Amino acid sequence: MLALVPATIFVYLLGLIGVVADGEPVRIAFAWIPSLGLDLSFFIDGLALTFALTISGVGTFILIYAGSYLKGHPHLGRFLAYLLAFMGAMLGLVLADNMLALFGFWELTSITSFLLISFDHRRQAARRAAIQALVITNLGGLALLLGAIATQRLLGHWDLSAIRAAGGTLGESSVYLLVLWLFLAAAFSKSAQFPLHFWLPNAMEAPTPVSAFLHSATMVQAGVYLLARMTPILGETPAWTGILCTVGGVTLLWGAFAALRQTDIKLMLAQTTIASLGLLVFLIGIGSETALIAMVVYFIAHAAYKAALFMIAGIIDHETGTRDLTALGGLRDKLPLTFIATILAAISMIGLPPTLGYFSKEEMYLALFGGQWQGILGLAVLILGNALLAAAALIIAIRPFMGRLGVTPKTPHEAPLAMVVGPLALGVGAVLFGFFTPWFDEMVLSPTSSAIAGMAIAAHLHTGIDPLNPILWLSLLTWALGGLAYWKWDQLRTGLRRAAAAPGLSFDHGFDVFMFGLIRMAGALTRLWHHGRLELYMLVIFVLLALALILPVLGLSGLPAWPELPALHFHEAVVVVLALAGLVSVLFARTRLFAILALGAQGLAVALIFMLFGAPDLSFTQLMVEILSVVILALVMTRLNLDVRDSRSLEEAIRDGAVALLCGVGFVMVLLVVLGQPFNGRLSEFFTRYSTEIAHGRNIVNVILVDFRGLDTLGEMSVIMVAGIAILALLRSQVRKPLDPTPVRRRSPRKSAAKSVAGDVAPKAKAAPKARAGAQTPRRRTRKAGPETGGAGA
Amino acid sequence: MNTLIFRTIAPLIVAVMVVFSIFITLRGHNEPGGGFIGGLIAAAALAILSIATSVQQARRSLHIHPLVFAGFGVFMAGVSGMVSMAAHAPFLTGLWLELELGEAHVALSTPLFFDLGVYLAVFGALGAVILGLETDGEID
Repeated sequence: MLALVPATIFVYLLGLIGVVADGEPVRIAFAWIPSLGLDLSFFIDGLALTFALTISGVGTFILIYAGSYLKGHPHLGRFLAYLLAFMGAMLGLVLADNMLALFGFWELTSITSFLLISFDHRRQAARRAAIQALVITNLGGLALLLGAIATQRLLGHWDLSAIRAAGGTLGESSVYLLVLWLFLAAAFSKSAQFPLHFWLPNAMEAPTPVSAFLHSATMVQAGVYLLARMTPILGETPAWTGILCTVGGVTLLWGAFAALRQTDIKLMLAQTTIASLGLLVFLIGIGSETALIAMVVYFIAHAAYKAALFMIAGIIDHETGTRDLTALGGLRDKLPLTFIATILAAISMIGLPPTLGYFSKEEMYLALFGGQWQGILGLAVLILGNALLAAAALIIAIRPFMGRLGVTPKTPHEAPLAMVVGPLALGVGAVLFGFFTPWFDEMVLSPTSSAIAGMAIAAHLHTGIDPLNPILWLSLLTWALGGLAYWKWDQLRTGLRRAAAAPGLSFDHGFDVFMFGLIRMAGALTRLWHHGRLELYMLVIFVLLALALILPVLGLSGLPAWPELPALHFHEAVVVVLALAGLVSVLFARTRLFAILALGAQGLAVALIFMLFGAPDLSFTQLMVEILSVVILALVMTRLNLDVRDSRSLEEAIRDGAVALLCGVGFVMVLLVVLGQPFNGRLSEFFTRYSTEIAHGRNIVNVILVDFRGLDTLGEMSVIMVAGIAILALLRSQVRKPLDPTPVRRRSPRKSAAKSVAGDVAPKAKAAPKARAGAQTPRRRTRKAGPETGGAGA
Repeated sequence: MNTLIFRTIAPLIVAVMVVFSIFITLRGHNEPGGGFIGGLIAAAALAILSIATSVQQARRSLHIHPLVFAGFGVFMAGVSGMVSMAAHAPFLTGLWLELELGEAHVALSTPLFFDLGVYLAVFGALGAVILGLETDGEID
C-alpha cells in the first residue's frame, strides 16, 4: 500500500514532463529566513525531473518488493519508514534549488542511509558498514557545505537556477581549484569514486531492497547528480575534464575487475555499481553533447537494470538461501519469471539492441570516437570496462539459472508475485524504451542534457544498424571481449583474487586503521586534559585567563599609563581602606571560615563603592551576591569536610599566589586601557532616551534586562536553572558514596523527602573528584553573576 | 546557630524579606530593583529559614521542590515572550495593559511577567543549591 506514495509522486512528475520539455522549468519557493534572503526553493528542470522520475519510479517497485521481502519481520514498519524517509530526502536533493537546502537533503540521505544500512543492527558487520558509509559521505557533505558557501560568496546567489540564469561560472576565479575540489570531494565520496569506493561493497550488509534502491538510482547517484548540476558552473575546464576522466576511468576499471573477482551475486553487483558510477563520472568529465546524452541514457538504463538485478539477487537469496555463484545453478525451471526478468535486465546491462543500454553504449563510443590520444585511451578504457561489465551480466544471468541444479540450503521455488513484478517491469521497461526513441529524445534526453550543459542540445538516438558504422564494430568488440571474459571467468577470478591479495592491505583496512587511530587519539587527548584533578583545572583556567588579559594589552598598546589618583572624600577613602583590609585578612586568615568571611567583607566594601558612585542596582546585586556566596561557600566547606586550615605547601601557595597576582594585574591593565579610551556614549544615550519612551520604565538596568535584551536574559535564566539541576545531580551522586569516613547518621526519609525521589544515580567509583568539582561550581557561578549585571548597569 | 533568639526571630525576618523581595521585583521597572535582585533576596531568606529551623522545615514551607520554581520561572518568561507573537509582534516584544482601578493606576505588561520569571528562576536555582548543600548526607 505504501508503494502508492512514490507511485503518486511518479505520476505527478510524469505530468510535468511536457511542461519541462517545452523549456519551462518549474520553480517553487517558500520563504525560509527572509531576513537573510534565504528561500527554501525547488527547481524542476530536465535534469532534476529525470532523476526524480527515476527515484520515484524505482522506489515504487522497491517498496512493493520490500514489503514482501521482509514479510513477517518484526521491524518491517520501521524499515519502510526509513525507506520512505530516504526517498523523500533523495527527491529533495535532486529538486532543491537552494544550495543550503541541497546540502541539508544531502546530509539527510547520509543519515537515512546510515539507518538503512544498519537496519540489522545486531550484526557487527552491518554496524561497521553503516558507520563507514556515514563517516565517508559526511566528510563529503562538509566539503559540499564549504563549496556551497564559497560559491555563494563568489557568485552572489544561493539559488543554483539564479546562478545559471546569470551565467555565473567559476572557471576564471582564482580559487577555482579549491572550490572544484570541495565539490569533487563531496561527489566522489557519495558516488564511491576511487579511492573512496570501499564503503559501497561494505554497505551490502543492508537488506537487499536497500541495496537495490541505494545503489541503483539514488544514494550513489547523488554525487553524479551534483557533478551534472555543477557542470555549467564548474565545468569545461582542463582541470575538470582531467580529474573527472582520470578518476572516473580508474574507478570504472577498478570496479569492473573487482566485480569479476566476486562469487557473491550481491557483491559482484556492488562492484559493477562502482564501475558504472566511474563511467558516469567519466562521461560528465568529457562534457561534450554526445557524452552528456550518453550519460543520461546510461543513468536511466543503469538505474533500471541495476535495481532489477539487485532485486533478483535478493529473490535468489530469499528462495535458495545462498548468493554464492559457485553453488547456484539450474534455477531456470524453478524460478521462471525471475529468469525472464534476469535475461531482460542482463541484455540491457550488456548493451544489446534495442535496450537503453545499447543506446548509451553507442553514444558514449560516438562521443570519444576520432579524438586525440586521450580520446583513444578513453575509448579503450570504456571498451574494456563495458566488456567486463557485460561479462559480469552474463555470469549473473547464466550461472544461477543454467546447468545442473545446485545444492542450496533451501529448496528453490518461485518468489511471490510482489517480489518478481519489480524486476520484470524494470526489465521490460528498459527494453521497451528502445522502441520509443523519438519520444524519449524529445521528452527526456534533450531537456536533461540541455540542463546539464546549460545550453540547448537536441538528442537523436540512432536505431538503425549500419555495418559501415565503426561504432557498431566497437560494440561488437565489446561483446566479444565480454564473452571471452565470461568464458575464462574461473581462471580470471583466481588470477584477480591473487592480485588483489598480493599487496596485503586494502583501502578498507586503511579505513579501520584510520578510525582506530582517531579513537585512540581522542582517548589519549581526553585522558591528558580530563584528568579529574580540580587544582590543575583551575590552574590552567586562571593561567590562560591571565595570559588572555595581559598579552593583548602588551601586544597592542604597550603598558597603559598610570592614571592620577582621584581626590577621595573621607567616606570614600574609608570604604576603599575597608576593601583593602578585607583582602589582607583573606591572605592572612588562619582558618578557611575566616577567609570566607573576610572575602565577604571585601565584597561588601565593593558594593558600597558602587553605591557611592551612583549604581544602586549594581550595588544591590553585589550585596546580595556577596551574602549568598558567603553562605554557599561556608556550606560547601562543611559539606566537603575540609580541613579548617589551608593545607597548601609553600610551593603551591607561591604558585597559586603568583597566578592570582597575574590575573589581578591583567584586570587592572585591561581596565586602565579601557578607561584610557574616550567614552562612547552612544548606547547610554540610546537607552536613556528610549527606556521610558518605548519600554515604559525609568530603571534603565531593569529595562535592558527584561525588555531590550530580553532574549539574553531568557538564555541566562535557562543557564541558571540548568546549573542548579547539575549541581543537585552532583550532590546526589556524592550522597550515595560519602567521603566522610565516619558516615553521618541518615535520617529516615520523611514525607517531604520522599516526594522528590532521588534519581537512580548509579554509584560512581570516581565520586570524589566529581563531587569536588560540583561543590566548586556554585561559587564560580554566583561570583559571575555580579559582574554580569554590573556590565548591564555600567 | 540554634540560639533561641535567632530561631524566634528568623521566621519574622524571612517573612519580611520575602515580602520585600516581591516589592523590589515589582518596582524594578522604575526604581532600583528587579527580578534578579528579588530572587537573590528570596534565596537568602530561604537560607536563613533553613539555618534557623531545619532543611526539612524549609522544604516543607516551600511545599514544592525549589527547582520546580526555577523551571516554572523559565517557562513563564518564555510564555510572556510568546504573548506578543499572538499579537503578530516579534518574540519578546513588550505589551502593555494600563488599568485604572478606581483611584489606582496599574500597568500590567509582559515584561513584568518576564521579570517575575527571572525572580522565580534565580530563587529556585539558588534555593535548590543552598538546600542541597545543607542537606549533608541526606537524600533530598
